[in-house]
Amino acid sequence: MAGDAKDFKTYVRPYLMVFGVLLLGTFITVAASWFDFDHMLGTTWVNMALGLLIALTKATCVILWFMHLISEKQLIYLMLGFTCFFFAGLMTLTVWAMQDFPSFTTVVGLH
Amino acid sequence: MEIPYNSKPRPDTGLYNAKVGIWLFLASEVMLFGALFSSYIMLRIGAPEGTWPAPGSLLDPIPGAFNTVVLILSSVTVVLAWASLKFKNFKQYRFFQTITIVCALIFMVVKTFEYKDKFSHYEVVLNDEAPHYEGSMPSKGGRFIGKTIVDGHMVSQTEEEVALSVHVHHGHDGHAEHGPHEEHGDHADHADDAHAGHDHDDHASHEGHEEVIEVTVKKEDILHMEAYGPWHSTYLAIYFTMTGLHALHVVGGAFVIFYILVPGAGMWKTDPERYINRVEVSGLFWHLVDLVWIFLFPILYLL
Repeated sequence: MAGDAKDFKTYVRPYLMVFGVLLLGTFITVAASWFDFDHMLGTTWVNMALGLLIALTKATCVILWFMHLISEKQLIYLMLGFTCFFFAGLMTLTVWAMQDFPSFTTVVGLH
Repeated sequence: MEIPYNSKPRPDTGLYNAKVGIWLFLASEVMLFGALFSSYIMLRIGAPEGTWPAPGSLLDPIPGAFNTVVLILSSVTVVLAWASLKFKNFKQYRFFQTITIVCALIFMVVKTFEYKDKFSHYEVVLNDEAPHYEGSMPSKGGRFIGKTIVDGHMVSQTEEEVALSVHVHHGHDGHAEHGPHEEHGDHADHADDAHAGHDHDDHASHEGHEEVIEVTVKKEDILHMEAYGPWHSTYLAIYFTMTGLHALHVVGGAFVIFYILVPGAGMWKTDPERYINRVEVSGLFWHLVDLVWIFLFPILYLL
């Protein structure tokens, strides 16, 4: 029984480490938002990129370890490959559409 | 008729039925939330300059951060519960899943308070100059020009008047500055400018340089009054849509986890392998709920 408890602790150690990383990530996300990097650097995208990069890192940890995608079967990877393709397509088309004004239209309200 | 591969994995794919099913479902969920995230991008990029609220001006990041930690904790307890069953420790599994459900409840309680705060937060435009507004009606994206705006939380309302508690920030020189609830708008005047013509009581909390005052406005002086609900702006519309849908997922996920934990627990004795599979599948859904929040928190509260 004591052996089981020890094995359990060893088994769940990666999950607890990921938990620590996620907490740290949350703290860094909040702390980074206190600084206006865009104002400091004269940009408009650094704060957004930093926030999304941290969120992406946290999401990767959840997907790989909590959802066990680090050691999943081929069929699951194939399904997720399709999902990633369509998700990326959705986002690309969204951003692309932002610049796509037909020549005969008048844009109102944008400066 | 017995359905094959309900608990044992199919030899060629190495997967049991529910595992394939849940991943297909999660793929559809990714596209559902993806559509909302792309809507967010369109609304934000397309918003006229100055109309998108500054980070932290409309929503307090502290409850959001607290909820993030709560969901992360619940994600860990879900995976620890599943691992406990792998080690045939049902009691420990029950302990961890109970924490998961408590975390879901805490998340929903905090969310309820956040929603309640927005529905009692009002923007009151006073009729102190000739009515004039730019663009369409304010509720459709237009804005009042040259009007005094009282921005605060509803304290009381009678047939004749409305009382609001308004946050006012004082600078180092003692002059009033726009508080956190006044920064998001691009209106000409704000609550602290409105006091002269209306009854108000200085009361209660002096927190550093912040002061909460009560402003009473006669209803006949009000041109337009609107709560910070989903109808108030595109930002709040997408905020309520995304967090509302996410909250439904939290409730649904917690319900499934509870069902497996309590009424469905008999399967642990009759078919333990299938029971572990159920716990794993419900856990995968719960991780997706956590995953969505990991992105919702920074884009809605911080950026």
